Amino acid sequence: MRLIIRKDYDAVSDHMANYIKNRILEFNPTLDKPFVLGLPTGSSPVGVYKNFVKYYQNGELSFKNVVTFNMDEYVGLPRDHPESYHSFMWHNLFKFIDILPKNVHILDGNAENLEEECKNFEEKMKSYGGVELFLGGIGPDGHIAFNEPGSSLASRTRAKTLAYDTILANSRFFDNNINKVPRMALTVGVGTVMDAREVAVIITGAHKAPALAKCIEEGVNHMWTVSAIQLHPNALIVCDEDATLELHVKTVKYFKSIELVIDDLVGAENVGLQGNVKRYPTPEVTPTREAFYNLPFKK
Amino acid sequence: MPSQAPRLKKIINGRLIRDHKIIDNDVLYICNGKIINPQDCFFSSGKLPNEIIDAEGLLIAPGFIDIQINGAFGVDFSEWHEEDHIKNGLDKVSKGLLKYGCTSFLPTLISSKPEIYHKVLPFIKPRKGNINQGAEILGAHLEGPFIASSQYGAHDVMNIRTAPNGFDDFVKVYGLLHSGGRKGENQNVKLITVAPDVEGVLNSIEQLIKTGITVSIGHSSATVARAEEAIKKGANCITHLFNAMQQFHHRDPGIIGLLGTNYPRPYYGIICDGIHVHPNSIKIAYDSHPRGAILVTDAMAAMGLPPGDYTLGDVPVRKSGKKVEVIENGKLAGSVITMDECVRNFKKFTGCSIIEAIEAATLHPAELLGIENVKGTLYPGADADLVFLDDDLKIVKCFVAGDEFCLNNNNN
Repeated sequence: MRLIIRKDYDAVSDHMANYIKNRILEFNPTLDKPFVLGLPTGSSPVGVYKNFVKYYQNGELSFKNVVTFNMDEYVGLPRDHPESYHSFMWHNLFKFIDILPKNVHILDGNAENLEEECKNFEEKMKSYGGVELFLGGIGPDGHIAFNEPGSSLASRTRAKTLAYDTILANSRFFDNNINKVPRMALTVGVGTVMDAREVAVIITGAHKAPALAKCIEEGVNHMWTVSAIQLHPNALIVCDEDATLELHVKTVKYFKSIELVIDDLVGAENVGLQGNVKRYPTPEVTPTREAFYNLPFKK
Repeated sequence: MPSQAPRLKKIINGRLIRDHKIIDNDVLYICNGKIINPQDCFFSSGKLPNEIIDAEGLLIAPGFIDIQINGAFGVDFSEWHEEDHIKNGLDKVSKGLLKYGCTSFLPTLISSKPEIYHKVLPFIKPRKGNINQGAEILGAHLEGPFIASSQYGAHDVMNIRTAPNGFDDFVKVYGLLHSGGRKGENQNVKLITVAPDVEGVLNSIEQLIKTGITVSIGHSSATVARAEEAIKKGANCITHLFNAMQQFHHRDPGIIGLLGTNYPRPYYGIICDGIHVHPNSIKIAYDSHPRGAILVTDAMAAMGLPPGDYTLGDVPVRKSGKKVEVIENGKLAGSVITMDECVRNFKKFTGCSIIEAIEAATLHPAELLGIENVKGTLYPGADADLVFLDDDLKIVKCFVAGDEFCLNNNNN
């Protein structure tokens, strides 16, 4: 797992968006070989989407050959309701970019047969050869998508009852009335996310610091569902300084040192996009112990 | 590609005037001349826009609606020569108005003889706006002849009449209003201006409204009590506030006093040329009832023409500068202002926001006529009549029924 620490939400968004842009460009998607991207909703990805729009408008990135799968959608909420995740995706991303409507996949929370809907969603993913990169955010309780604490780490796409905490937290979008918050959602499973060839998670804010610590410093645990990424061969977390507050100093320093070593010793040209070191050049200067105690922030 | 596939246009980077706000991060989808729900189009139909229009940060407002325009470009709607004359006249005005951002209007007839109504009205049929014919004709506004002889303004006093037989007199004089108001029979008349102090008028209002006509009061010396009676009967507009009515008196404020009534306050048309009404008076009206303001041009035939002598109905008038006067007595005889100037003046005179100035030329007249679902709004379902404006409220582009009218290529 890679942990990238940036100063604040904006720097996290910039890094993550830039990373995904480079992944898409490197992948060089075509009509026959589209880039399959998993997408979240909520406050975490808004900054990333803003960057996507900017890239599109600047002509740096096209979504013509990008296929998207969204993580979740409320059950029983009209599709065009302002708080539906269809509306979220439309207003934050889709209306600004050149993505093809047929390439967009969002679960239908009003489907006659919810089970069927979830099964078809999984099959659709498979038909594209699986998800190349799943972008995610997490809740303060460490949930990914609507996989509330206690969800199976092997779960697949299904209807899920929302936890009371989640209903309380989301009532701010529904006139502060918990009775208006949908009680169920369709969501991809933890297993669905972990099947992606890469999982990239945004974690920002002091309120998510305990979740980050639980997920990366403790064991794999269905009470902190994002901890499943410990078993993923290609996972990336981009967090801000605030989210590291509950981590051990050692943990923070270690992950920061990785970037430093790559920058100072290995050289970015010798490292792949996903952190894979291809070659270690003979160092001109041996790094001093000092370097590891005075690790500056990157940017 | 199948040629019958509807064209889908997407407008990006505009600042939309909607919901009493300026929304700067939304897009407009236009299909078959209508504004459609873009999200629904994307997720349901899966269609991609055929054309993307970059508004480059301009304001996007609904097209302006002029509910009182007697003529323009040499055309006078109250004149009758022959069939082609009125047809061509309507076409000329419809096309000509687009460059001022006016995408729908009510051709207005001043007090005329019954035979004029009988001849002209059948030609003022509602007609959808389109790029070939121009602005939409919403129907006619009949200003008079049931108005007060004390407030005839520039109308020919010989044409003014009372309605001793009530509603039947309206039927007879206008010709098209058949009794019972069966659907379709009076569809050409959308708005009338009447004086509630004229015999027979007050008791006709309810029946007029039943036939689908909106009733405005004006050209009247009505007391405030009389004016409130008209409001209670369903009249919901004042025709060119301050002009052709009793002046404001604190003990009996007359029609102007409706701005302070406890009954539902009516809309009020107001001529914002700075000549018909002093800017301070416009500000007073706006401050007391901002949601009621409707900007009207009250333009006459000389609008869009050079200074000179013209006629308003049967009355000879003279245009000099931005003023038109009755030659005989020097009374004001309608204006030569355009809708876009009205909007700019209203903002300047009242200090209101851009949104309020626009709404006084779009949303409010649409609400008055009960057509706010299709006109005066950028909501899905509305006609795609749009103006692109810069921050000084100058017209940069005008669209009627989804098609752009080329502002440099007008043929007036």
